[in-house]
Amino acid sequence: MTAPASPTKVRGETILSVDNLMKHFPITQGVLFKKHVGAVKAVDGVSFELRRGETLGIVGESGCGKSTLARMLMRLETPTSGSATLEGRDLFKSSGGELRRLRRNMQMVMQDPYTSLNPRMTVGDIIGEPFEIHSDAAPKGSRRKRVQELLDLVGLNPEHINRYPHQFSGGQRQRIGIARALALRPEIIVCDEPVSALDVSIQAQVINLLEQLQDELGLSYIFIAHDLSVVRHIADRVGVMYLGKIVEIGTEDEIYERATHPYTQALLSAVPVPDPEVRHERNIIRLTGDVPSPADPPSGCRFRTRCWKAQDICAREEPLTIARAADPHPSACHFAEVRPTAA
Amino acid sequence: MTDAVVQPTPASATPEGGHLLEVRDLHVEFRTNEGVAKVINGVSYHLDAGETLAVLGESGSGKSVTAQAIMGILDTPPAHVRSGQILYQGRDLLSQSEEQRRQVRGKEIAMIFQDALSALNPVFPVGWQIAETLRKREGMSRADARKRAIELMDLVKIPAAERRIGDYPHQFSGGMRQRVMIAMALALNPKVLIADEPTTALDVTVQAQIMDLLADLRRELGMAMILITHDLGVVAGVADRIAVMYAGRIVEHADVRSLYRAPAHPYTKGLLESIPRLDVKGQELATIKGLPPNLMRIPSGCPFHPRCPYVQQVCVDVVPHSLVLGDGRTSECHFAQEVLDDSAR
Amino acid sequence: MSDFETVAATENQAARRGPSGEPGTPNQVGPNKPRSLAGDAWRDLRRKPIFWIALLLVVIVTLMAIFPSLFTGSDPKDCALDRQNQGPSGGAIFGFGFQGCDTYARAVYGTRASLLVGALSALITGVIALAVGLLAGYFGGWADAVLSRVIDIVLGIPLLLAAIVLLKRIGTDNPNFRLGAVVLVLAVLGWTTAARVVRSSVITAKEQDYVAAARMLGAGHLRIMLRHILPNALAPAIVVLTIALGSFIAAEATLSFLGIGLSQETISWGQDIDTGRVHMRESSTPLLVPSTFLALTVLAFIMLGDAIRDAFDPKLR
Repeated sequence: MTAPASPTKVRGETILSVDNLMKHFPITQGVLFKKHVGAVKAVDGVSFELRRGETLGIVGESGCGKSTLARMLMRLETPTSGSATLEGRDLFKSSGGELRRLRRNMQMVMQDPYTSLNPRMTVGDIIGEPFEIHSDAAPKGSRRKRVQELLDLVGLNPEHINRYPHQFSGGQRQRIGIARALALRPEIIVCDEPVSALDVSIQAQVINLLEQLQDELGLSYIFIAHDLSVVRHIADRVGVMYLGKIVEIGTEDEIYERATHPYTQALLSAVPVPDPEVRHERNIIRLTGDVPSPADPPSGCRFRTRCWKAQDICAREEPLTIARAADPHPSACHFAEVRPTAA
Repeated sequence: MTDAVVQPTPASATPEGGHLLEVRDLHVEFRTNEGVAKVINGVSYHLDAGETLAVLGESGSGKSVTAQAIMGILDTPPAHVRSGQILYQGRDLLSQSEEQRRQVRGKEIAMIFQDALSALNPVFPVGWQIAETLRKREGMSRADARKRAIELMDLVKIPAAERRIGDYPHQFSGGMRQRVMIAMALALNPKVLIADEPTTALDVTVQAQIMDLLADLRRELGMAMILITHDLGVVAGVADRIAVMYAGRIVEHADVRSLYRAPAHPYTKGLLESIPRLDVKGQELATIKGLPPNLMRIPSGCPFHPRCPYVQQVCVDVVPHSLVLGDGRTSECHFAQEVLDDSAR
Repeated sequence: MSDFETVAATENQAARRGPSGEPGTPNQVGPNKPRSLAGDAWRDLRRKPIFWIALLLVVIVTLMAIFPSLFTGSDPKDCALDRQNQGPSGGAIFGFGFQGCDTYARAVYGTRASLLVGALSALITGVIALAVGLLAGYFGGWADAVLSRVIDIVLGIPLLLAAIVLLKRIGTDNPNFRLGAVVLVLAVLGWTTAARVVRSSVITAKEQDYVAAARMLGAGHLRIMLRHILPNALAPAIVVLTIALGSFIAAEATLSFLGIGLSQETISWGQDIDTGRVHMRESSTPLLVPSTFLALTVLAFIMLGDAIRDAFDPKLR
C-alpha cells in the first residue's frame, strides 16, 4: 500500500476546516403533534482546522459533545448550522456522487469493537465492503488480495480472511475496524475513543499501530478521547471541549504544560498519575458540582458554575476562544493564566 | 497455610494468623457447555484492619471473581469453588451456611460496583432503599432509618441530602449515584469495603472526587478496603499494598511504592511501561505482545510465558512458585530477581 | 461474571509473536474452523432432545403430505357403508369411520391440505411481515407511524371471526379456489405478530455501530437493509413463522370443522374431526385419530420454533 499523499499535497497545510458547527437536538413534547419545547445544545459552535499529517486530539468528559462532533463530520448527523470544508468543498452541502467521493477521503474508527463489526459477515466481507460500495476503488479480481494486504497492514494474519468477528479478541477486532477504515485510502481518519474499550495491555498495541500507520500513509487523525494521557501521547494539537464548545485549543505542549483555561487545568490535575511517590505532592483542583444540562447551559461562560475564578463578567459576557495574553494560544476564559506549578 | 507456595505477604503489621480477612489458596472454575474455565487458580491474599489493598488486573484475570467469592455472590452454577479458604476474623466463610454468610454480608463486608445505575433499584427512591436495609437488618423504626439515611447521604457528601432523599436513582448524576451506592454499602458499618472498579464508568474529574471520598471514609471510619481496578493511576493514588493478578493467579504482591519503583514480574513491568503517561510526552509505547490467555486452555508452566520477554524453557515446563524477594515482596516468576534488577536499573 | 464472559468470548489462545513483534495472529489450535452465529446455534440445538423430536415429527408429516402412499396402501376415498364403524382390519389399523372410510388413510391424506395451507399462509405472512417490518423499522417517522397503526388495526380483528365472515361469502366449492381463499384469509389476518417482531429487530439492528460504519462508507439504503439489517431480522422472523405455521394449521382445521374452510372434496383433518364428533358415541377412533395428527403437527412446529429461538437468543447462552 502506498501513501496517498501525492507530491502536491504538502504536509502541514490545512486539509479540513470546521467553522462554527452546531447541533441542537430538539426536545419535543406530545405524541401526535410534537411541540418543540427546547433544544439540547450538544455541539454549540465548534471551529477548528486539521492539518495534513497531524493528529488533533479532542478531549472532554462525557456529554461534552465530542462524539456528536465526530458523527456530524461523518455525516451520520445533520448539523443544525455551520460548515466543514474538505478538498475545497462544503462537506454538509454535498450529496450524491460528490458526497460519496468525499466519504472516501474521511473514515472513522469506532469505540466499541464488539458492535462495530457485523457478526454475520466474515472479516473478508467486512473489510471488502468498501470496495463493493466504491466499485472503482479496486477491480473485482484484486479485491481479495487487497483485503489480505490490509489485514497484513494492521498486523492480522491474512489467512484469517474467512473468520467471523467473534473469533477475534477486542484488540484484534479493533484492528479489523482500522483495516476497514483504511480500505479506501482516506487521508483523514476520525478515531472516536478507539482504545477505551480495550484492556490496558492491548491499548498500547493499538496506539502504536495507529501511529505507525500515520507515518507510513501520511494520515491525519482527529482523535477523540476522554483519556488525557492517551491523547497527550498521540496528539500534536489538542482541543478541550466543555458543554458543546471548544474552551481551549493548542499544541500538545501548550495544553499540557501551559494550559490557561481553568477547566483544562482541573481536568489535567485530576488525572491519576501512576506514581505513588507524588501522591501527596499533587495538587488536585477539585471541581464542585456536576456538568450543567446542555439543554439549559449557563449564561456567559459555561464553566462559571464550577469555576473558582468566576466573577460577574463571566455570567454577563461569553469569553471567546481567542489567543490570550498569558500564553498565545486560544482559550475561552476572561481570566486566562498559566497555573504556577503544574502538578 | 496449606500450601508451601503461599508465602507470608509483606507490609503486614498484624501478627501471623491475625489478619482481618484472608483468602487462602482459592480455586474457582466455571463449568459451561463449552468446557471448564479455570478462573481462579490458587489465589492467596490478606487484608488487615484499616489498610487499602489494591487488586490489579485486566478483564479475565479473576480479580472480580475473587471478590464475589468473598462476598458469597458467585453464580453457582456455573461457578464452582474447588478448594481454598476465605477467613474472616479467623472463621472460614466458605464452610458457613447461607444464613451465617448473610449476616457477614453488608454488616461485616460490603461491596460497591462499577455500575451504580444497575445496582440501584430504579422504582424506589434512594432514601427508601438505604432505609430499607437499616430497617430489615438493624430493626430500626421508620423514622430512625430515615434519619440515619440522611446522615449517610451527608457522610458521602450528597448536597441537600434531606431534600434529595425522595429522589429516584435516575434523577442523580453518575457521580452522585456512585455516592448513593457507597452510602448504602456503609449503612451497616462494615469493617471491610470491597470496591469493584468504582470509578471506571466515571469522568476523570468525578473519578477524583469519588476516590477522595473513599480515602476519607476509609480513614474516618477505620475501614479496610479492597480496591479492584485495572487502572494503574488510581492504584498509585490510594493503595498501601498491591496484588497483581493474571490468569487467575497473583503474579506479584508488594507495597505500592516498591512495586512502582521496580516491578519484579515481567507482566507488571510490561503494564507499567505500556501505559501512556500524562506527565511524559512519550515516544513509541512499549507493548506486551499477544493476548491474555483463554482460561479454558491456560498455557503450560507459567501462564504468562507466551507473552514474556524473559521466557526460557523452564517457564514452559514448570509453574513458578511465589518467590520472596528482599523486602518481603513476592513474585511468581522464575526470573523474579533478574526482572527486579532490570527494573531497578 | 463480566470477567468470565469476556474470557469465554476470547476464543483464541494467546498469539504468537508476529513478524514485528505485533500480536494479532491467533494460534491455529486444532480444527478451529470459522464459526458463525448459525454454527453456534446449531451446536446448541444438537444437544436438545426437544429439537430432535420436533424435527422428526416435522419430517414425517412433511413426507406424509408429499407421499401419502408411503404410509398407507388404502385409498381414503374408497368408502363403503357396509364397513361403517368397523374395527381395525388389514391395512386399516384404526378401523373405519361412519362413512365406511379407512380412518388412518384419511388422516394420512388429510396431512397434505393442512400442511399446504399452513406453509402457504406462513410464506405469504413472511413476505408481508418482512416488507412491512423492514420499511417501518428502517425508515421510522411517518412510515412507521402509519404502518404501526395498520398493524394495530389488523391485530385488533379477531382472526377466526373475520375468517368466518369472509369465507362465508364464498359460494363456490371448487377445492383449489377454497384452499386459496383460506390461505389468503389466514395470511392477511395473521401477519401482524411477525411484522412486529421484524420491526423491532430491525430497529435494534439499525442502531448498531456496524450500520453506522456502512453508512459512513457511503452504502445506500437498499444495501444497508439487505446486507446488514435483514439478516439480523430473518432469524427471529423464521422462528415466529414456524410457530405461526402451527397455528395456521390449527386455524384451518377449525374453519374446516365449522364447514367454511376447505371444500368438501378435499380430505382434511378439520372435516374429519367434525364428522367424528357427530358420531362420537358410536365410535371414538374416527375422532381421535385426526385430532391426534392435528395436535402432534401443531405441537411439532411450535416446539421446533421454540427450540430454534432459544438457540439463536444469545441472552440465554
